[in-house]
Amino acid sequence: MSPENYLHLAALLFTIGACGVLVRRNAIVVFMCVELMLNAGNLALVAFSRMHGNLDGQIMAFFVMVVAAAEVVVGLAIIVMLYRSRHSASVDDASLMKL
Amino acid sequence: MSTLTALAAETTTSGGEAAQFWILAPIAVAGGLGTVLMRRAVHSALCLAGTMVILALFYLANGAYFLGVVQIVVYTGAVMMLFLFVLMLVGVSAADSLKETLKGQRLLAAACGLGLGILLIAGIGQASVGSFTGLAEANADGNVQGLASLLFTRYVVAFEVTGVLLTIAAVGATLLTHRERIERNKTQREQAEERVRSGEQLPPLPAPGVYARHNAVDIPALLPDGRPSDLSVNPTLRERGQVREVHRQALADLAAIERRTAEYQGRAVTVTPPRRAGDAAPATDEGNDTPAAEGGGNGDHGDNGDNGRDNGPDAAGEEARR
Repeated sequence: MSPENYLHLAALLFTIGACGVLVRRNAIVVFMCVELMLNAGNLALVAFSRMHGNLDGQIMAFFVMVVAAAEVVVGLAIIVMLYRSRHSASVDDASLMKL
Repeated sequence: MSTLTALAAETTTSGGEAAQFWILAPIAVAGGLGTVLMRRAVHSALCLAGTMVILALFYLANGAYFLGVVQIVVYTGAVMMLFLFVLMLVGVSAADSLKETLKGQRLLAAACGLGLGILLIAGIGQASVGSFTGLAEANADGNVQGLASLLFTRYVVAFEVTGVLLTIAAVGATLLTHRERIERNKTQREQAEERVRSGEQLPPLPAPGVYARHNAVDIPALLPDGRPSDLSVNPTLRERGQVREVHRQALADLAAIERRTAEYQGRAVTVTPPRRAGDAAPATDEGNDTPAAEGGGNGDHGDNGDNGRDNGPDAAGEEARR
């Protein structure tokens, strides 16, 4: 096993997540794909941490996790608010900033 | 723990880790693909949860014990459950529409994704990645202790800012979802008057299964002429495609049973084939032959009252003809 295996896996997962963000129309699924991309980044960071033999990569991954948690909270609140005003969770329907 | 640490300490890792990687990595990729390709959002969420658990295992294998546990607790435990909460709030029936708003957008997006993937893989191929140094030194006092000593010395400012960020996120989410009621609640009288004024469906909606073979909620009631009533079934079930229609075949079977019973008992065959929407209106002169028209007083037809429960559509149809 070399770091390249983990990096390839992370790249693959990141690509899948990016495709999902571009293709899917349901806002919640788009959010889940963003989470997948963040997780792929975390995997690469953890692999780098082990490759270099220090814990800075893990600290970075930790901060990414915290920011992702905050992002999920605010994002899902926005989705709930949009659903209340438009009765739809589709990103196509949210074409205006105001109601 | 010590064996795991020893595993992480090796520069060239054992065959055990390779086996773990080659077994789990395809499952993780399959979970990622499932997240993107599943049509229902709940299935996507479950696929993503599986991928996150496998990533936690990879973190553990890479010597990031703290992150592995945090990944399971925070991601699969909290974030994914939050996703599921919102999914239930928004409605599980909200399946993705397959209609493309931009022409060819899906194909272009897939091509862009493929290009991004090729670019990333090529970039990794270009870089001189080398091999694992191992975390034996860094994890000597334990992974959590090592992380803590870094977090509270070199990264302490970032850590404080993260705390502010989390507070802002919590306040923001509360602010966004909070709704101040501006107008007062409508009273029951006002609601009733509004309903009368709008003139739509004043009496209660028909119950499901009336005059049909079963009274389960997913079976529509039958109208007097044998057509299923759209009003009687919950629209959510219709949207999900879970309504069990009363098929023409089932109605024909019912009519055949009726006919055979009538022949066995030696009375005139009075059962008419069931009609559906679009069929011609029935002739009214048959009305004299129907058991309902004759009334239950005749000794010959005394058992019609018992049959009446089974031949719901026919009885309803005949009732309509009178």
